[in-house]
Amino acid sequence: MTAAGATALERPARGARARELAGRLPFSPWHLVLAPAALVFAIPLAWLLLSSFMSNAQINRFPPTIIPDALHLDGYRYVVENALFPRWFVNSVVVSGVAVASNLVFCSLAGYAFARLRFRGSRVVLVLLLATLVVPFQLTMIPTFLVMKQLGLIDTLGALIVPALVTPFGVFLLRQFFLSLPRELEEAAWIDGCSRLKILWTIILPLARPALATVAVLTFLTVWNDLTWPLIAINSDHTYTLQLGLATFQGTHRTEWSAVMAGNLITVLPVLLAFLAAQRTFIRSLTSSAVKG
Amino acid sequence: MAAGAPSSGAAPARARPLERLLGETPSAWLFIAPAVVIILGLSLVPMLWSLLLSFKASDLVTPSRWVGLDNYAALAEDPQFGAAVRHTLIYAALFVPLSIAGGLALALLLNRRVRFIGLYRTLVFVPFVISAAAQGVLFSFIFDAQFGVANAVLDAVGIGRQGFFQDPGQALYLLVLIGLWAGIGFCVIVYLAALQDIPADLVEAASIDGARHWGTFRHIVLPSLAPVTVFLLVWQTFQALQLFDLVYVSTKGGPLQSTTVIVYFVYDQAFQLFNAGYGAAGAYALALGLLVVGVLGGLYRRRRERVA
Repeated sequence: MTAAGATALERPARGARARELAGRLPFSPWHLVLAPAALVFAIPLAWLLLSSFMSNAQINRFPPTIIPDALHLDGYRYVVENALFPRWFVNSVVVSGVAVASNLVFCSLAGYAFARLRFRGSRVVLVLLLATLVVPFQLTMIPTFLVMKQLGLIDTLGALIVPALVTPFGVFLLRQFFLSLPRELEEAAWIDGCSRLKILWTIILPLARPALATVAVLTFLTVWNDLTWPLIAINSDHTYTLQLGLATFQGTHRTEWSAVMAGNLITVLPVLLAFLAAQRTFIRSLTSSAVKG
Repeated sequence: MAAGAPSSGAAPARARPLERLLGETPSAWLFIAPAVVIILGLSLVPMLWSLLLSFKASDLVTPSRWVGLDNYAALAEDPQFGAAVRHTLIYAALFVPLSIAGGLALALLLNRRVRFIGLYRTLVFVPFVISAAAQGVLFSFIFDAQFGVANAVLDAVGIGRQGFFQDPGQALYLLVLIGLWAGIGFCVIVYLAALQDIPADLVEAASIDGARHWGTFRHIVLPSLAPVTVFLLVWQTFQALQLFDLVYVSTKGGPLQSTTVIVYFVYDQAFQLFNAGYGAAGAYALALGLLVVGVLGGLYRRRRERVA
């Protein structure tokens, strides 16, 4: 009782002092905590951007300088002329582009079939597909390498594309979304004699844009950022993706940090731009499964 | 139902036996065929194949030889695998609780309406979308013992230069730090989404009943965050146990093998030393650990659903 009384008496005084302090600031006092916290996350990225525009001489200078003393493009020139970064960029675009497109097509088809069509074995197959959601990649990578070798795809972009063509996550996500749509939407078209494919294309998919965006975003993010599988499946440098190229380039250019950072910026820029352009979609995609449980 | 009716009405009589065999809509198999072939062919089949491999001595080239449980027995006694397990567990023991606690703290901080809040949230989250390879390269530069800006700053404030990635006593902890920088953002957005799902009138009712800030937090906010916390525990543990890309890029397991983690060990055995069977056994040992974590998470969820 007395303890509670004491704190109750103290509270207004403390609140008043805080309010007084807050009143003197031209902004909310929360910024005093929020800004430094956000800076911790931003500074490494700012350093990546700034140092990619420095000359090696400036990077090696002591004490270090923060602002590039001129807009040096040496690093960028180096990675374009003396490394295969443009080639790797194209490879990454091809692999992730094909993966996104094929995931949208195949996951839609399978998701629709599991949501709406009745066929023998559908439950068993769906359960098997769902089970693969939790299979860690380490368990499958060695035999996947052997399969790709049998198919003659090792050291080609095909080895990177084929395993990424369709994901169980995409199938499951779209199935759940299609199940949430009312059946009545399709019935009129059915009676008019539309085929299943046409209904999916003209009625269902336009309504499924948010779910399709989620599939596209997550596919792009995982395929673009992957290092492990390209490292295993690719040997020749002209078939590298950006991630693999960047990792290798850093290993062989330990002291040319300006070029390494230029290459690094090229590697992260597409994801950063995609994220900033579609932040809401990104965040909704990443949290949807977590919060719904 | 609507799904079957038109096809049975329109289909010619001779299609019937096939239809009966495959179910009401045999064309559905065409819809799912690509997904089934690729997912089962490149996930379920390899998983079983891996299990088979783990009972063999195989270099991926010459014919393999059945060795039973020898690979697993060797694994149990292999000091390198033991070290890899130890490093992975140290990483997980730091990364998982720190990322979740830090994520909750930041989410509570970011869950308010002040100016620039969108910008703050973006900055905290942005490292999460950056690839582990890019993170590794960036922080190899920042923590470069010679040219890195981190040592320059430490020098300037009088702490003195550190070995960082060249110091076997520091490299693993540095990886935790980078992992946190990139991984906290995910916990933050999950907690933010969960916080916004808490009904405002529930919090309001508590404060009308005289609950203090701490009381509201302790009895209303915290319990409603329990399910996502369990989700994050499982998810972040999975991430920690499967750590690889960052290690490959920034330390290659060094210095003095102080950062070899389990997946690095598996990769090394299977694709560098060509002991595919031994590597597969290592992968299965890891999968067993993941399974335990996943089952614990599933049990929690089932219990909660029963209570609810």
